[in-house]
Amino acid sequence: METSGLGWWGVLIAVIGGAIRISTPFLFVSLGECLTEKSGRINLGLEGTLVMGAMAAYGVSYMTGNPWLGVLVAGLAGLCLGILHGAVCGLPRVNDIAVGIGLMMLGTGFAFFLGKPFVQPKAPTLPAFQLGLWSDSPQIQAALQINVLFPTGIALALAMHWAFRNTRFGLIVRVVGDSADAARAMGYPVNSVRTLTTALGGFLAGVGGSFLSLYYPGSWNEGLSSGQGLMAVALVIFARWRPLHCFLAALLFGGASALGPALQSVGISAGYYLFNAAPYVLTLIIMIATCSTRRTLAGAPGELSVVR
Amino acid sequence: MSPKFPHTARRDFIKQVSAVGTLSALSPAFIRQAFAADKLVVGVIYVGPKDDYGYSQAQAQAAAAIKKMPGVTVVEQERVPETADVQKVMASMIEQDGASLIFPTSFGYFDPHTLKMAEKYPEARFAHCGGLWSTGKHPKNAGSYFGYIDECQYLNGVVAGHATKSKKLGFIAAKPIPQVLRNINAFTMGAQSVNPAITTQVIFTGDWLLPVKEAEAANSLVDQGIDVITMHVDSPKVIVELCERRGIFVCGYHADQSALAPKGYLHGAEWNWLTPYSEHVKAAMGKAPMNNFLRGGLKEGFVKTSAYGKPVSEGARKNAEGIKAGMMKGEFAIFKGPIKDNTGKVVVPPGTVYKQTDVVLEQMNYLVSGVFGKV
Amino acid sequence: MSSAKSDALPPAYDVDASATVNEIRRFAESLLIPVGALAAALLLFGAFMALIGKNPLEVFILIYKGGFGSSFSWQNTLQRAAPLILTALCVALPAQAGLVMIGGEGALVLGGLGAAVAGSALSGAPAAVALAAMALTAMLVGAVWIAGCGALRHYRGVNETISSLLMAYIAIALFNHLVEGPLRDPRSLNKPSTLPIPDTHMLGTIPGLDVHWGLAIGVLACLILQIWVRRTVQGFAVRIVGGNVRAARLAGLPVGVLILIACALGGAMAGLAGMVEVAAVHGSANASLMAGYGYTGILVAFIARHNPMAIVPVALLLGGINASGGMLQRRLDLPDATALVLQGMAFMMVLASESLYGRFKIFQPKGP
Repeated sequence: METSGLGWWGVLIAVIGGAIRISTPFLFVSLGECLTEKSGRINLGLEGTLVMGAMAAYGVSYMTGNPWLGVLVAGLAGLCLGILHGAVCGLPRVNDIAVGIGLMMLGTGFAFFLGKPFVQPKAPTLPAFQLGLWSDSPQIQAALQINVLFPTGIALALAMHWAFRNTRFGLIVRVVGDSADAARAMGYPVNSVRTLTTALGGFLAGVGGSFLSLYYPGSWNEGLSSGQGLMAVALVIFARWRPLHCFLAALLFGGASALGPALQSVGISAGYYLFNAAPYVLTLIIMIATCSTRRTLAGAPGELSVVR
Repeated sequence: MSPKFPHTARRDFIKQVSAVGTLSALSPAFIRQAFAADKLVVGVIYVGPKDDYGYSQAQAQAAAAIKKMPGVTVVEQERVPETADVQKVMASMIEQDGASLIFPTSFGYFDPHTLKMAEKYPEARFAHCGGLWSTGKHPKNAGSYFGYIDECQYLNGVVAGHATKSKKLGFIAAKPIPQVLRNINAFTMGAQSVNPAITTQVIFTGDWLLPVKEAEAANSLVDQGIDVITMHVDSPKVIVELCERRGIFVCGYHADQSALAPKGYLHGAEWNWLTPYSEHVKAAMGKAPMNNFLRGGLKEGFVKTSAYGKPVSEGARKNAEGIKAGMMKGEFAIFKGPIKDNTGKVVVPPGTVYKQTDVVLEQMNYLVSGVFGKV
Repeated sequence: MSSAKSDALPPAYDVDASATVNEIRRFAESLLIPVGALAAALLLFGAFMALIGKNPLEVFILIYKGGFGSSFSWQNTLQRAAPLILTALCVALPAQAGLVMIGGEGALVLGGLGAAVAGSALSGAPAAVALAAMALTAMLVGAVWIAGCGALRHYRGVNETISSLLMAYIAIALFNHLVEGPLRDPRSLNKPSTLPIPDTHMLGTIPGLDVHWGLAIGVLACLILQIWVRRTVQGFAVRIVGGNVRAARLAGLPVGVLILIACALGGAMAGLAGMVEVAAVHGSANASLMAGYGYTGILVAFIARHNPMAIVPVALLLGGINASGGMLQRRLDLPDATALVLQGMAFMMVLASESLYGRFKIFQPKGP
């Protein structure tokens, strides 16, 4: 146990550590949302998917003793919610934003309903591995302790970045997202593609939820998500539908979230509510600075209702 | 999960209760008659999920225990916001379920909600958790109960003071309100009774249930070299588990969390709400006047401490047990002058001793010297 | 046919005064389809209840009793519906101009804060003056807050759904900071609040009902705004903007101004909801204002298809579900989330039923 504090270095380390710890659910949800939105549909319900995934993962891990099985089931639960969203949105004249809000309620409702027995028990959590062994400082070691889902998320961002450009599937998704009419003319089933991307997006959001309950903070309760799923949807627009930017946005948001508590730990305690709002203010400022009415957003799928 | 009624019994109960509901709408006299029967329906209202492994669960445990008392039926409702909703919930319990004793368990339910309902339903009793009921100002059928859990936090502080190597303690709290400040101060003074050089760093998260923020707060405290943490949030599970993972000591709150941190759990402050609950239930059943201002600490059995954890040294245990014995005899006072706040102002002058029952303590608005944080 | 595109927010249907029969057909369609969807949702919910071992019939009886079975439960329902009516307008009005505004909660809390400050500052003034000042302050604050999101959308191209959500988080942080800091009444102990408004300045209950005046204010607001949307030139212009911005520009409409008006009106309604909470319930501004009414309002507005008058029955329905959710908790020991599950199912079914409009021959207008 280290006895000396680090003062201001501690704030920096806490922000870096926080970025790594907090960003993973944002990363997974925003990657999932990115995939869905690229196909021209928005799923505002990933908050519900995230909470459902968190509950399912914790419950399964507790009952089977295998946290990885929990991650898988969380993903599958997300997949089901995604299919539901995709199927309902596939009906004519149904508004995808509204369906997302409904899905948010349904997912949260089921998660709270079924999650009651899992609040108290201690379930096996996901292991961590250590990247900070080069340092003697326990603080740095703790900050660089990461879970395998974090590098998986990075790999996924890279893979998606590559796949959107270089694979047939990526191309189909982009065509469907940019112009449904063109996609139909080329013979692609628009609704099926969108349902597929929404389902896969749901899978990723579910996995993001499992990180919350099985790694950090590593417990299931009804206050676990304070809007991470909703914010991740905002991050996608912020990241301009580019998977690699989703990763950076998630890191930035995670780090900003860690700022408030870190500042208090070195005695800067005035206005902690305002510091805690830092991530939202930061996102808003960057959005205002980078948006413009004159050009359509680069990378924005043409069919997406929120950008038109 | 909570025990279930047998199905038929529940049916009968519903029939009976709905009969009360429809009839009472017709004749107010019937309400009085229903109240006069030797059956008592008790309504309990929680602000959070009733199995949160923390604040609401501590209340729900007492509710589950009074459920077993003969002649008592309990109806419960969870996650009730502190708005007009809670007024309607209280009214529903009285009008639809025939409840004549209500436990609104969140501080925010008191003013104006509980007070309003107490005036509207003079036949029912309202036992509120934590409110400052005062004679003449508030209705006679409303009252408040609370426990002096700062005694347990003082003992937490004593044990923490022995355990800490860095002489730096951490306290993660939701909001700077009197109930919380009193705990922070008691914890710090308990530790300072072991070594006056010990300090406490406070982090306010801003709300009662914010797991990610609480975990971040714990991490940044550990990064600053703090080696014992305690808390005042609704569900301490996340913080306790995180402290165990980071290899530091932790003192629990609300309920016994020792199972979550077998290596680092030192001690814990727990509620024992059954004491005030059963007093109110007995008074209501026996038509005795309501005790409008019910308070108690370790001595009265309103609060209790967790068993000492493995890392607690023999010396620490002896010291804490000695102080606890003084508290049980009513001889020990935590807030005894001179006490200065952390800006240097004298808040308790030399020679002044506040008894636990003193309501001045329930209006605390300072942090004592040695606490880093701002009210 | 591109479903995502055609109806971000359609005007519900065109008013056709020529043939009464056709109007009745349309009305029947717009009534029966949602009712059918709700019935389907109830069936689904009943199946879920049966699955977890509860008797669905018993559950339905309790839902009826808790929400609508007696004069007491009706008042319970009405009281819970009251705040939702105004917050739903904060979604429905910007929606007329084609904007999806989900940050009503922010306008509500800041409006409530403004009202509380105005109310305590005017504690010496006559009640009517103080209440009017409170309402105006709240509406102004709410209007500025939401119109800000509208302006960001129109002049900077910032997506209003996201910005209003971010602004809601920021509003709540600002609210907490002010209520627990500079504006805190030192006498508010364990529940930090602003200085209270005097009891004489509180909004009472509607005579003969145990429901506060917020309900009447909400219904009145819906009525007025329905007329504004449907029967005024400005309302019509806003709907053109909502239907097709390019067409509106070609027609020479001041698109930016119209968007700002729709947003400001919506924000004013959310702010008014905050004022009602302060003046009729809490007597000061404190954390209890954040009860999620702003978010539930989104749901109400979408089910009502952004039709101001339809908001009233939908709010009653959700209020009723919330009221009976309590009954389910108390009698059947079901968790609080039961009401959330039922609401979610009902909402999904109603949304899915959108695709049924125009599918049934009997509802379609006959002849020219």
